[in-house]
Amino acid sequence: METILEILSELHPEVDFETCETLIDDKIIDSFDIVTIISEISEEFDITVPVDEIVPKNFNSAKALYAMVQRLIDEE
Amino acid sequence: MQRNVLEYLESTVLKIPQKIAYANENIGVTFQEVYKNARAIGTFLWDAGHYKEPIVVFMSKHPRTIITFYGVIYSGNYYVPLDEEMPKHRIELILQSLEPKAVICDETSKALLEEFSFQGKVYVYDEIVGTRIKDEVLIHIRNQQIDTDPIYIVFTSGSTGIPKGVVACHRSVIDYIESLTAVLRVDENTVFGNQTPLYVDACLKELLSTLKFGATTYIIPKSLFMFPLKLVEFLNEYKINTVCWVVSALTMISAFGALEKEIPKYLHTIAFGSEVFPIKQFKIWKKHLPKARFINLYGPTEATGMSCYYEVNRDFELDEAIPIGQPFPNTEIILLDENNQVPKQGDEGEICIRGTSLTLGYYKNFEKTNEVFVQNPLNNAYPEQIYRTGDIGKYNERGELIFVSRKDNQIKHMGHRIELGEIEIVANGMEEMKSACCIFDDIKKKIILYYVADATPAQVTSYLKEKLPRYMIPNLTIALEEMPLTSNGKINRVLLKEKYYQRLEK
Repeated sequence: METILEILSELHPEVDFETCETLIDDKIIDSFDIVTIISEISEEFDITVPVDEIVPKNFNSAKALYAMVQRLIDEE
Repeated sequence: MQRNVLEYLESTVLKIPQKIAYANENIGVTFQEVYKNARAIGTFLWDAGHYKEPIVVFMSKHPRTIITFYGVIYSGNYYVPLDEEMPKHRIELILQSLEPKAVICDETSKALLEEFSFQGKVYVYDEIVGTRIKDEVLIHIRNQQIDTDPIYIVFTSGSTGIPKGVVACHRSVIDYIESLTAVLRVDENTVFGNQTPLYVDACLKELLSTLKFGATTYIIPKSLFMFPLKLVEFLNEYKINTVCWVVSALTMISAFGALEKEIPKYLHTIAFGSEVFPIKQFKIWKKHLPKARFINLYGPTEATGMSCYYEVNRDFELDEAIPIGQPFPNTEIILLDENNQVPKQGDEGEICIRGTSLTLGYYKNFEKTNEVFVQNPLNNAYPEQIYRTGDIGKYNERGELIFVSRKDNQIKHMGHRIELGEIEIVANGMEEMKSACCIFDDIKKKIILYYVADATPAQVTSYLKEKLPRYMIPNLTIALEEMPLTSNGKINRVLLKEKYYQRLEK
């Protein structure tokens, strides 16, 4: 979880990612951020994010992202 | 001879009035509606006393916004598109430099406009679109107009911190659209999927090509450009066959493997530009759509849109760049070296453009205009204007033009043209700021801001977000104890770049 918060804070240092659950709905992160987030979590956790996981609900909060990463690690 | 861009609409509406011209996922407007509503708005603006002046169109991305653009042109004025996504500070700067007498809004943007110091007239689309059309007024306006009259102003990043308004006219736009549509082979069966914002010249490709040929343009919701599979589904649902997108929108689809899951099966023409297309990603596209045409486009806002094209017709090595090819008909590219001479074949020079596609220059800024719209130095016999792009190019052994780099600190990021100097000036405007310098990571496509100030990166970013458009916000903001300087006392950008790459290796 720490790593994910770090990746997100580097993109938007002024956002409180621990509480925010509307990253997509409130347009806090954009397409460039999504690309960066995916490439960084792939590298950090040594996973591949399949394209069908790239959906709004997996990116709306740090928690949702974390859950997705956990799921992908378990599947490998 | 065609003198006015609206002649495209007038000839198409006679042929296919009931066809959908512009649509989003909820509604579509026919050519008949475009024609009727634009003429109503034109009549209204004339009756309200506006003529030959900038009319700001401050509306969200929607088919009715496009109608409003044409309405402004009908009235003999020129439109200036602004968008609610632009930060307040930037809108304020643009309003100050334009001093417009009127703004056209929709219901939502009307509330936003109240936050600005704007004192002129505010018109709401829904309230003016019902105006009774007066043919005699519209004919009178048309008879007065010539083809070098302006039709729009769009703003681009300026290194002084103030955006520059580029003024385009009927002639430059007609010249551009004629050439572009021939290269893209647009016809009435073309279905465009629009990605670019309506406040940049890039959207002319879809908007005016649609008018000329009676094609259809779907406005794709911006949020889909984050979610590749949904985006491909949208393309298939609306049978989109032609796109003119920034490279990052295309690579987002290919890099995440969306094409392995679903193919945009109607797509046959893919134009891209503004940035280098990484060959690895290009090959993925080519593999899944082997029959599609891929066309690289190149050109500055100052020459109305695109000036050069290259249709990919061979394989490229991973470290090669796709050429920008050759100029459109009726456009000439001249390379000039530091002595204003044409360099030897294969040597680099500044890309300069000659042709009627040149825009009129920067609004209320003769100084900046005269710096880059200059007399052709190769001609000392009569006045002949060229535009100096500031891009460096060269010809390869096949005689194709290749983009090499920029002369200055201008970059291309997410398809937008950005002066790093503008970001620095805005950052330096922060009270606590002692020094700020931006660099660009060409490989990861990131803007990095190094700064010295008694402020956290979060504070600096929040400040910048109030002042700059989203795409200009640094992707990484790093505090320094002190700024490295060169022996002349200038900020040492080279050292900062080294510092940045060392940081990456850690």
